[in-house]
Amino acid sequence: MIAAHGGRLVNRIAEGDQRAELLAKAETAPRLTLNAREVSDLEMIGIGAMSPLDGFMGSYDLGSVVKSCRLANHTVWPMPVTLSNKGVALEEGTDVALVDENDNLLGILHLQEKYSFDKDAEAQGCLGTTDEAHPGVQYLKSIGDEYLAGPVWVLNMPTYDFANEHRLTPRETRVLFKARGWETVVAFQTRNPIHRAHEYLTKCALELVDGLMIHPLVGATKSDDIPAKVRMDCYETLLARYYPDDRTVLAVYPQAMRYAGPREAMFHALIRKNYGCTHIIIGRDHAGVGDYYGTYDAQEIFENFSAEEIGITPMNFEHAFWDKVAGAMASNKTAAATKPEDKVFLSGTKVREMLTNGERPPVEFTRPEVADILIDAMASKATV
Amino acid sequence: MNNKVTLKIPRPLYERIQQVIGDSGFSSPTDFIVFVLRDLVGDRALEKTDPEADVRPSVTNDEIAEIRRKLENLGYL
Repeated sequence: MIAAHGGRLVNRIAEGDQRAELLAKAETAPRLTLNAREVSDLEMIGIGAMSPLDGFMGSYDLGSVVKSCRLANHTVWPMPVTLSNKGVALEEGTDVALVDENDNLLGILHLQEKYSFDKDAEAQGCLGTTDEAHPGVQYLKSIGDEYLAGPVWVLNMPTYDFANEHRLTPRETRVLFKARGWETVVAFQTRNPIHRAHEYLTKCALELVDGLMIHPLVGATKSDDIPAKVRMDCYETLLARYYPDDRTVLAVYPQAMRYAGPREAMFHALIRKNYGCTHIIIGRDHAGVGDYYGTYDAQEIFENFSAEEIGITPMNFEHAFWDKVAGAMASNKTAAATKPEDKVFLSGTKVREMLTNGERPPVEFTRPEVADILIDAMASKATV
Repeated sequence: MNNKVTLKIPRPLYERIQQVIGDSGFSSPTDFIVFVLRDLVGDRALEKTDPEADVRPSVTNDEIAEIRRKLENLGYL
């Protein structure tokens, strides 16, 4: 089984007597309300998905991540994982109760450091831009100027009203892969419904490994992305009809989207390594938004690091489409079709327009069962 | 009141730390030493309620059995 990033799968879920003692501490500690991304990050740290992180980053780690894509101890780590203060008076060396927006207690932070950081430098270093139209920059501008750092313990897991049967932790997926006898597993990260192009990529990848984990991101996304609940219906329907049950697993990834392009592609990869995956599919403009990143940036960033320090192997794919000449899915690498009119591809805008009008996209683009779920979702949204 | 104190460490060690931090993002040996000590002492302070936190295996056999039961109940196995 592939080792966790940094060598040890972190476990910051408090249990038994330890949990009872920490609960007692949390009762008298000042309370800090986490935003949606911070709740996701706390959960991810707790279950070990963010190994080797055992808490929110301090200034040295953040400075090193921004500057060189590594933690201060030199471990490769591409994205900030920070906690912002919301105007609470807090002292270093004390404990802080972490609560969600409904004041439900989630965890406890031992506050080692309070610090401020140049947000423009953070945005430029990690997102590649300071443009306020970028959702990641908008997030940075929306949070407080003071960051809080230190180790955390999760005392109560966040609760959700969907996909609870698919919320597997890294420990659970590792046991699952072992039980199924999979030595090599490819992860597919997505924040969109799976159309034929991505179905093709996942199946190409599965030809080369023992198992496939469809691992959709279900944390916070942009408001114009398809809601995770709707996407889950699409994935379940698609997998039930069109994927081999004994070679495919559907589990969810409770992370919030950063839209950081290449750096987030690496982030997604290292986290999937913690889930026990040996490979990850990296498509064109992975985790991108708008035109902030080059088409192949998310694939090329891996070349800046040795295979040993990354651990998980990226499987790079070209854009796929239906090739009318060959009568099959293909990419520009494998297509017989040379003319654009022989390649069935629809833009996101066009697909949204068709679905809003209650029209199924061509079967060569998306499975009819998936199209129907999306049409229903669009119709319900329109009537709200 | 100044909330910092001065500690003395052997000069060769200080010079070795200067070499080690090189291009790592630490601006001085002091920054590095504070980082290491915070990591060591701060973390232990919170973990002292669970003295076995550092030595327990990543997943015990009992936990594996429990996870397998959960995966079976969910239809994964």
